[in-house]
Amino acid sequence: MQNEALIPYLGVVTDIRVDTPDVKTFRVVSAADGQKLFEHIPGQCAMVSIPGVGEAMFSITSSPTNREYMEFSIKKCGCLTSWLHQMEVGQYVTVRGPYGNGFPVEGAFKGKDLLFVAGGIGLAPLRSVINYCRHYRENYGTIDIVYGSRSMEDLVDYQEILEEWSKEEGVNVHLTIDREQPEWNGHVGFVPNFVTELAFEPTKTAILCGPPIMIKFTLAGLEQMGFPKSQIFTTLEFRMKCGIGKCGRCNIGNQYICKDGPVFRLDQLAELPDEY
Amino acid sequence: MKKISLEKLNALFAEIAETKALYLPVDTETGAQYQKWEEGKTLSSALNTVRSAKDFFFPQTESLVHFKVEGKKIEIMDVRDEGAPFVIFGVRGCDVKSFELLDRVFLQDPVDTYYQNRRNNAIIVSLACSEPEETCFCHSFGISAADPAGDVTAWIKDGEIIFRANTEKGEQLLAPLPLEEGGEAKAEEARSEIEAITKKLPLQNLPLEKFKAENLMDFFNDPKWASLSQSCLGCGTCTFVCPTCHCFDIRDFDTGHGVQRFRCWDSCMYRDFSQMAAANPRLSQLERFRQRFMHKLVYYPANHEGRFLCVGCGRCLSRCPISMDIVKVIKELGGERDAK
Repeated sequence: MQNEALIPYLGVVTDIRVDTPDVKTFRVVSAADGQKLFEHIPGQCAMVSIPGVGEAMFSITSSPTNREYMEFSIKKCGCLTSWLHQMEVGQYVTVRGPYGNGFPVEGAFKGKDLLFVAGGIGLAPLRSVINYCRHYRENYGTIDIVYGSRSMEDLVDYQEILEEWSKEEGVNVHLTIDREQPEWNGHVGFVPNFVTELAFEPTKTAILCGPPIMIKFTLAGLEQMGFPKSQIFTTLEFRMKCGIGKCGRCNIGNQYICKDGPVFRLDQLAELPDEY
Repeated sequence: MKKISLEKLNALFAEIAETKALYLPVDTETGAQYQKWEEGKTLSSALNTVRSAKDFFFPQTESLVHFKVEGKKIEIMDVRDEGAPFVIFGVRGCDVKSFELLDRVFLQDPVDTYYQNRRNNAIIVSLACSEPEETCFCHSFGISAADPAGDVTAWIKDGEIIFRANTEKGEQLLAPLPLEEGGEAKAEEARSEIEAITKKLPLQNLPLEKFKAENLMDFFNDPKWASLSQSCLGCGTCTFVCPTCHCFDIRDFDTGHGVQRFRCWDSCMYRDFSQMAAANPRLSQLERFRQRFMHKLVYYPANHEGRFLCVGCGRCLSRCPISMDIVKVIKELGGERDAK
C-alpha cells in the first residue's frame, strides 16, 4: 500500500547531551540501518513520539550538512518532554517528517549579512540554520548571533558556541544573561535591550526565535532601528497533531504553521490575524 | 435513464447487497441514520440523516497504526486495510457536495490514504430532495437539491424511482440490476417541482459576496464576533453534526498488549484543542467561535478558489442548543439583504 504520512519511521537515540538543567539534546538515527532518517531544510520540524505517551512537533536542531544523524534539543515542559528527558541511549522513538517550509537559506538569505537573535530554547531551531550558513560560509556575509538566557547554565549549546562559533572568522557571538553571576564576565541584561545597544545596521537580515515576550520587544527595537518587515524572519509554534495541514488546529488565518510555516517573514505575518 | 417501481425497491436493495455492503438512511428512535441494509430495513423518507454522511470516509474514530513496545524497543504495525467496494444509497445533494470539500483537504498532498481507500471504494447514489425544508440553504452555495451529484442520481416520483448514472462506477452499479429503461419525463417533472419549492425557501439567497480572502482581516477584526459568540456554550454539537467539519485529534491507547494510535473527531470549539504547555492562542470562546466561522467562510475559500466550507444542510440550525448558527453569522457579518 502507498506510503502514509501519519505512519512514522523508527528511530533510535544514540547520544544524549545535557545542555541545561531543563534542556537535553538527543541524537537520533534510523533503527533499521543506523543512517540518517531523512533529509531536511534548516528550520523544518519533525513529529517525535513515544507510543503511549504522546507525539509532538520539534524543530530539527542539527544542520542538514550533518550526513550522519539528526539532533533534537528539547526542553522539559510537559508530559511527553518529561518522558523524553528520562530516556537512556538505545531507546527507540518514532519520527515522521520533515514538515514545514524551513528558512530560505538558498533564497533570500544568500549573500546577506545575517543577524540571529535567540532567547533560551529559541536557539534550537536557529542552530540548524547557523551551522548550515557556517558550512557554506562563502554564500553568506557577516553572521551576528545575539543569544540570551536566564543564567549561564541555561545557555543551550554553550560548548559549541564557545569552541566553534566564537572562534570562526566573520561570526560574531554576543551572549547575555538576565542576572549577574559571579562566574560570568559577559553582558548582563535582556535580549531586546542588548540588540538595541549593539546598534546593528538595518541592512542585515534578522532571524528571531524565542519566547513571545522577547520576540515582541526585539521586533519593536529592530523596527525602530530601521529594519524593514520584509527583512525579519521568525519561526512559530502551535499545538499540532497531523503536521500536514489537515487536523485544523495550527492555523493563523488561512496559513497552517505546520505546512505553510513555521518560518514566516514579518510582512507576511502583518497581513494575518495576531493569534500567535 | 432507468427506473423501477418503488414496491420493488427492497428487492433491488437485496440484489445490490449480494455483492456489496449497502448503506442507507433508516428511521430509528433518534431520527434517520445511515445503517447497513439487511432484510427488513427500508429507506427512510426523512429529508436527511441526523449524522452526516462524512462518517463513511472520515469515521468518528479509526485506528491509524499499532505499536508493540518492549523495553526500549518499539515495533510499528501497519493496520491499514484495502477495504471493499460499498454503496451509499440516498445521499442528499448537500452531503454529496461535502465529499468534494473534504477531498480538497484529505486528498491534497500528502494524501491521507485511510480516507482515500474508503473514497475509492464508495459508490454514491444520491437522492433528490422531494421536499426541502425551511432550514435548507444549499442553493446559496450553488448546490442543487433537485439534481444532486454522485455516481448515480435518483429521483422518487409517482411511485417510481428513476436513476441516472453519472460516472463509470455508477453505470457499472446499474448495469446488472433489473431496471426498466425510461423515466426521463418523470425525472424532469420532479426536478422542476423541487426547484419551485427551493425558490420559496427563506434562506436561499444569503449575503456571501463579501466573504473573500481580501477581506480576511476586516472579518477577523469585526466587533460583532463578541455579541455573536456571547451565548455559545462551546458544546461542539455544530462541529459534530456538520458534514464539512474535519478537525481531528490523534491519540494513543494502551491496550495492555500494545499501543493503538487512533484518530478521532475533535472540535475547534473546545479549549484544549489549541492548548500548549505554555500558552493557548485561542483562549476565549469568542476566539474559538470566530475560528470556526472564519475557517468556513474566509480561510477555506482563500485556500480553495472561493469555495465555502458549508453545504447548507441545516443540521447546525436545528441542533444548536442556543440557536446560534452559520446563517445568523453570515447575515450579521455579510450584511442583511432586503427581503424580496
